[in-house]
Amino acid sequence: MSVLEVKHLTKTFGKFNALYDVNFDVKKGEVFGFIGPNGAGKSTTIRVLLGILKATEGQVKVFGKDAWDEAVDIHKHLAYVPGDVNLWPNLTGGEVIDLFVKLRGGNNNHKREELIKKFDLDPTKKCRTYSKGNRQKVALVAAFSSDADLYVLDEPTSGLDPLMERVFQECVMDVKSQGKSVLLSSHILSEVEKLCDRVGIIRQGQIIESGSLNEMRHLTRTHILVDTKQSITALEEFNGVHDIEETENGLTFQVDTEELDNVIKHVSQFGILKLESAPPTLEDLFMRHYEGNEKQGVTTNG
Amino acid sequence: MADQVLANTGRLARFIFRLDRIRIALWLIGLVIFTIIIPPAFDNLYKTQAERDAITETMANPAMTAMFGPGDLNHYTTGAMTAHQMVLMTAVIVGIMAILLMARHTRADEEDGRIEMIRALPSGRLSYLNASLVVTSATFIGLALFTGFGLYALGIESLDLEGSLLYGATLGGTGLVFAGVTAVFAQLSESSRGTIGWSTAVLLIAYLLRAITDVSNESLSWLSPLGWVSKAEIYSSNQWLPVLLMLAVSIILMVVSNYLNSIRDLGQGFIASKPGKKYASRFLQSPFGLAFRLQRTGFISWAIGLFVLGASYGSIFGDFETFFGDNEMYEQMLVQAEGASLVEQFIPTLMIVIALIATIPPVIAMNKLRGEEKKERLEHILTRAVSRTKLMGSYFVLAVINAFVMISLSALGLWSAGTSVMEEGLEFGMIYSAAIVYFPAMVAMIGIAILLNGFLPRMTHLVWLYFIYSFFVLYLGNMFQFPDWVGQLSPFGHIPQLPIEDAAFMPLFVLSIIAVGIIILGFIGFNKRDLQN
Repeated sequence: MSVLEVKHLTKTFGKFNALYDVNFDVKKGEVFGFIGPNGAGKSTTIRVLLGILKATEGQVKVFGKDAWDEAVDIHKHLAYVPGDVNLWPNLTGGEVIDLFVKLRGGNNNHKREELIKKFDLDPTKKCRTYSKGNRQKVALVAAFSSDADLYVLDEPTSGLDPLMERVFQECVMDVKSQGKSVLLSSHILSEVEKLCDRVGIIRQGQIIESGSLNEMRHLTRTHILVDTKQSITALEEFNGVHDIEETENGLTFQVDTEELDNVIKHVSQFGILKLESAPPTLEDLFMRHYEGNEKQGVTTNG
Repeated sequence: MADQVLANTGRLARFIFRLDRIRIALWLIGLVIFTIIIPPAFDNLYKTQAERDAITETMANPAMTAMFGPGDLNHYTTGAMTAHQMVLMTAVIVGIMAILLMARHTRADEEDGRIEMIRALPSGRLSYLNASLVVTSATFIGLALFTGFGLYALGIESLDLEGSLLYGATLGGTGLVFAGVTAVFAQLSESSRGTIGWSTAVLLIAYLLRAITDVSNESLSWLSPLGWVSKAEIYSSNQWLPVLLMLAVSIILMVVSNYLNSIRDLGQGFIASKPGKKYASRFLQSPFGLAFRLQRTGFISWAIGLFVLGASYGSIFGDFETFFGDNEMYEQMLVQAEGASLVEQFIPTLMIVIALIATIPPVIAMNKLRGEEKKERLEHILTRAVSRTKLMGSYFVLAVINAFVMISLSALGLWSAGTSVMEEGLEFGMIYSAAIVYFPAMVAMIGIAILLNGFLPRMTHLVWLYFIYSFFVLYLGNMFQFPDWVGQLSPFGHIPQLPIEDAAFMPLFVLSIIAVGIIILGFIGFNKRDLQN
């Protein structure tokens, strides 16, 4: 069952096409990673599904309800953390958290205290004195102490230190284990890799790739490092082998996943001394899509 | 050593001046013009010594002394009159100018992290503070000279050279004192808000202390720097001692600020910012509570301001009767409506001004919604279970309450001061109905702000253009004899002028209907549009 469904979403600002025919969905109980370069349309998409911006065309449904017309009903079961958290300078963090939780309609004081402690936040300080990371903590505490069914997180960790990032990841795993859904937009690919079941990549207002990480890895190449007794010949004649480089005792190269079997059979004839293979990282995927349309010559160092 | 802590001060001073040249120029031009247009106006208004002596009678009471300070009422020349009625008020404005200019380049720059970058460059620890002290001091020396020679250049007999220079020096000196006060608080307080707040509090206390002591025991007024302004006795005995005192105090304050700056860490203060509330009060936990909380300080300040405005208008009613009462010619000129007293004739003219000024805070309150949107804070509210109608409605209700409180308080101020100075007193109902009748027009102005927010969110400030139009045509309308329709383009032009006109129900009803229509339209627009920064 889909908690969030985006169908043929198009959004224009004047003549500028911010989003064009965007399609994706987030299923119940899954963490969906939403990645893409700056200005690709991540935040615009999120703002449409929050009912802050109105879709020019297409359908956005959250919990089966229209994101614009039934925004208030939807928001009763949704928690949102923006990437750039602007707060009121003369309210304290504690006051803002209470306000946010109350405006959603819930109240979970027990969780609030626990999270404030976990995130190491001083709720008696005025927001004016908070750093970016601390303002983000305020939004995160407010979001995770709400009892929501869908968490929409727009680059929520850009200001957090590695320790707090781990606390954040725990929070996400925690809500996931309770069967809640999460839409996580992020630039930190290791985080997405660690947390997300499925990923959508958006570029210039269009979703160019989506699916589970495993599915997407099929589309990419495995890194191979191999040392052999005799030097390998004729490897370049195979389809799907790229970036062959000689090292001291052997070769490194990348191979398309569907050609892996043939290539390994060929290589094994030369007497393998050492074989290392690394799965493609999300960064490889990311780079491949971001660096324009050059299909060949993607250099990575997985 | 001095090389180390003050390195590059000159360069930084030039840099600060470069940043603020237009701001400083505008302040100086504004203040100098404000000062030098007054004496010719007085000279024109009160042509003979006899006329000036007549006005001293209305000046010789505690209320006036509290407001303007003591003056040389026995030799009330144009100069003495200018000094008496103007110099203290101008000094207060100069004090505010000093606070704002000084806070900008001390604590505000520090809070925003700019001083950190300057400090990382080869500049001394105390360079930036002293650079801003240099720029501010130069500004006030300039103010002293421009004002002094400007007044002398008017060529009015009683404005002699010494008095004029003393006038300028007093203003400049006040500026230096409050620049010093601000420089000290910039070290003590941890935020620029705190710096401005504490310094303004000192300014207010200085003014109040002076007001109380001027009325009760004049020698105690020496305790207040604003008391020194009157002690200079400009254009009468020309005392320079107060100016010397100002210089001494400002130098001491500046030295103290340097000392405090040298013993503290960057970003720290001495007044510990007290921890705030850990939990939100029940009241804060709604869009309405939040909207009020965000505007609370402004709301209270405006409320006090409007009460004082009403009261200061009311306080002239007593003199009004004595001034015009004996003069049959004035009486014949003014009396048009039968049975209306002089004061009653005067009230509609007064009320339109009061009502227009009382419209400013509610319109600000309404436009705050757009301000919050620009700062990307509405997202926090709207991504929770709050509808747009509820959100805008909260700000709207608050603005309407604001309008009601403001117009009511100014009427109360007018009545309470008026009735205490008039022999036969004033009827509260008469004053209040003349004021509250403007309420529908005020709501209509709020409606315009809502309409703009709904459909032209980037142009919500256009409401101020409409406001200025209203002010212009209605305040100056009588003078310029505009045709009626010019005034009627403003909601304020449709309000019956109580008490000399009858309270006509129809125009108020129609105006209210139109206002409601505009408001509904604005709500629809706000519900349909994207949020935008």
